[in-house]
Amino acid sequence: MDVQRKLEILADAAKYDASCASSGTEKRDSSDGKGMGSTAPGMGICHSYAPDGRCISLLKVLFTNACNYDCLYCVNRASSNVPRARFTIDELVKLTIDFYRRNYIEGLFLSSGIIRNPDYTMEQVVSVARKLREEHHFRGYIHLKTIPEADDALIAEAGKYADRLSINIEMPEETSLQQFAPEKDVRAIRRTMGRLRLKLDEAEEGGTAKTKTKSQRFAPAGQSTQMIVGADGASDHTILHTSSNLYGSYRLRRVYYSAFSPIPDASRALPLRAPPLLREHRLYQADWLMRFYGFDVGEIVDGGAMLPLDIDPKLAWALRHRDRFPLDVNRASREELLRVPGFGTKAVERIIATRRTTTIRLSDLARLHVPRNKALPFIVLSDHRPSPHRLDEVRLIERFKPKATQLGLGF
Amino acid sequence: MQYITLDTETDFDGWRKAARTLVLHHVKPTDVTWAVQGGEAELFAPSAPSPILEVNDGTFNVSGKFVDLAQAAILHRDPERFAILYRLLFRLKDNHDLIEVATDPDVALVTVMARAVHRDEHKMHAFVRFREIGRERAAHYVAWFEPEHYIVELAAPFFAKRFADMPWSILTPDLCAHWDGHALSFTPGVSKSEAPGEDRLEETWRRYYASIFNPARLKVKAMQTEMPKKYWRNLPEASIIRPLIEDAERMTGAMIANAATDPHKPQKRPEAPMKRKLAADDLEALREEAAHCRACHLYKDATQTVFGEGPKNANIMLVGEQPGDKEDLAGHPFVGPAGQMLDRALAEAGVDRKKVYVTNAVKHFKFVPRGKIRLHQKPTTPEIRACRQWYEREVSAIQPDLIVAMGATAAQSVFGKITPIGKTRGRVIDLPDGRKALVTVHPSYLLRLPDPEAKVLEYQRFVEDLKIAAALQRKSSRAA
Repeated sequence: MDVQRKLEILADAAKYDASCASSGTEKRDSSDGKGMGSTAPGMGICHSYAPDGRCISLLKVLFTNACNYDCLYCVNRASSNVPRARFTIDELVKLTIDFYRRNYIEGLFLSSGIIRNPDYTMEQVVSVARKLREEHHFRGYIHLKTIPEADDALIAEAGKYADRLSINIEMPEETSLQQFAPEKDVRAIRRTMGRLRLKLDEAEEGGTAKTKTKSQRFAPAGQSTQMIVGADGASDHTILHTSSNLYGSYRLRRVYYSAFSPIPDASRALPLRAPPLLREHRLYQADWLMRFYGFDVGEIVDGGAMLPLDIDPKLAWALRHRDRFPLDVNRASREELLRVPGFGTKAVERIIATRRTTTIRLSDLARLHVPRNKALPFIVLSDHRPSPHRLDEVRLIERFKPKATQLGLGF
Repeated sequence: MQYITLDTETDFDGWRKAARTLVLHHVKPTDVTWAVQGGEAELFAPSAPSPILEVNDGTFNVSGKFVDLAQAAILHRDPERFAILYRLLFRLKDNHDLIEVATDPDVALVTVMARAVHRDEHKMHAFVRFREIGRERAAHYVAWFEPEHYIVELAAPFFAKRFADMPWSILTPDLCAHWDGHALSFTPGVSKSEAPGEDRLEETWRRYYASIFNPARLKVKAMQTEMPKKYWRNLPEASIIRPLIEDAERMTGAMIANAATDPHKPQKRPEAPMKRKLAADDLEALREEAAHCRACHLYKDATQTVFGEGPKNANIMLVGEQPGDKEDLAGHPFVGPAGQMLDRALAEAGVDRKKVYVTNAVKHFKFVPRGKIRLHQKPTTPEIRACRQWYEREVSAIQPDLIVAMGATAAQSVFGKITPIGKTRGRVIDLPDGRKALVTVHPSYLLRLPDPEAKVLEYQRFVEDLKIAAALQRKSSRAA
């Protein structure tokens, strides 16, 4: 099989992993003249976008799509009839370098089906990274998928070469993982996440990026995970509770939510339907509220409940807490401002800097990049005060919903 | 009226010098016309030169934020940018804080311009596609790019740092950037026909692009927001976007319509490697059994069961309250800050930790997540009771002579009922089964004491308590 065909099979097999970012790592470049590549410490670079709206930042492939496991939601499960392929280490290294030189990608995101045993699989994945770093002095971004329960020495080596490590939690609840992936063990996944966090903490305590010795370096972009949404019956509350626990327990940089897509050669046990993309979007918004806006899971969604699909979770929260509004934009605290619908973190910073010298008026909202329609019922400005009845209106929510369209009668 | 001609479209230093002089002469923004040498506006320059202003050494301060914004905004293609920047500078001279006023029209305008320039720079970093000329060692990489603003000089150092080991050129209609492996250089702009038309890897790249796209998740608008069509003409993968979209619905429909195939049966599946090995002895078996304990709900959020550890023939068993954050992650008891405190006190008291069995009354970490940390929570009586079976089975496997209960939760487990520490502390108490028990504080209590003097005193008391255990350890090792 030629490399191009392998690439097709092994990229196709990797496309259900939502993780794509190349962000959050240390700053590196190749201006010392040895080797090639660089990383941006803040934001990674998306080199292209696919028609599914997702960015293409890394060469995202599997080392092999052969797998011992039979996880029902996975296209690569042992009982699936998809064609199988396996890269050699050299093929993968060459492909990464060739793509990188043409500026197609930021680096490599390598995952693999589990073959033989966790250690063997992890060793193959680590070998690719080792070769890129040590033989080709590749300074670009590398994200490796960690195989749960792989040997500690292999994990330590993976962290030495990789910018980010990840293990997918896959399902929001232990029971659904048992049902869909009987060979996977959520405890094993969490144990490995725990080990990664201990190593990350250790590396962090070991000093700054500059004073750190090579042996201390461990995945400077941290660890992440993915949860599949919509394959089982878990509620949004359950999903967000799991995320919040994962963020707190393992200091994950990101939890990715992947709306379950119909997969080729699907198992009979799975629902066949279009993926719940809007639900996925709402979960990302809720996740954002937890990480950057100081919301607790319990505030975003009640126990056992689902996020509303027609309005975003912050607006839903504000409509449930009308007694806290309207808020005077010229006086409110940062924490309060962050809870106004339509106010992003940057807009809040701009507001706080601006109101030190001047008063904020209605006409200023556009320059602060705040959507008027969403924010107005909840705020007081020097020349705007919403009617007190308006906030109490039961129909306030209608203002924000997408306009209903009249059903046409076929003539 | 002042007529200022700058050397180039990106002549920030020229603009700054002129602007400084103009401000110091109190020249109003409406009395200045800006142009670039050879540019369109210069054609309409007055035939008579403007009166020359004396360049004086005077200076005034503006915020660094303005300088950053101006350096970016001057690269914008809007011919009015020099005038807009001067207008803002003129107003800033007497009103320093104006730059922080996001709602000011001039500040907002300049911010928008600077942002457009940085976005274009970012898109250039992303969407430049090099094509290889010549092979292997003699290879040279050449790209064609059409920037929206005058960003070539701004964006070029990024490529020099990233592709330090290969010679490359980026050709644009404005300016061309070149890297020979050592230094950056710039030449005038060229036309697209000067750039290479294709690369041997582009077909492979298109295949990757087509394969990584998930047709079940079509979101064309989201793609176009981030990758506007104006960039498409120079992206090799753009030629297949339309066919991919057109095919997506058919492919998804086919996926849903196709009945599931019969599962492929591999000959022999190896054992699931995630499952742990089987136990070697009874303590090991107990540990394995406890790893799957579901007697209370605490297992749900914890990483793992943290079981006791130590030699099977230990004559002292230390019982703590529950694992903490570190213990939960590592899977071992007393490895966090309280564990280090315990180690120190044990050593001072003369107890060999390697010879004692260390465990906790509750084997799962109980906490509530608060952002990035986990707040430790006290186990309730039902949770302590649910976990007591493991403690009892550990006791019967180890058969210790002395059990040291550290803290109230531990005491509750050891005595089977709520037992205040204050009254029982530091005395050896007989247990119904003939063993002896000793109650003391939990080492994390010592960590929490705010008063340094009390801390020293309490620590000493703790060591004194442990010395009772040390005496017993010595006695039984003599007996053995």
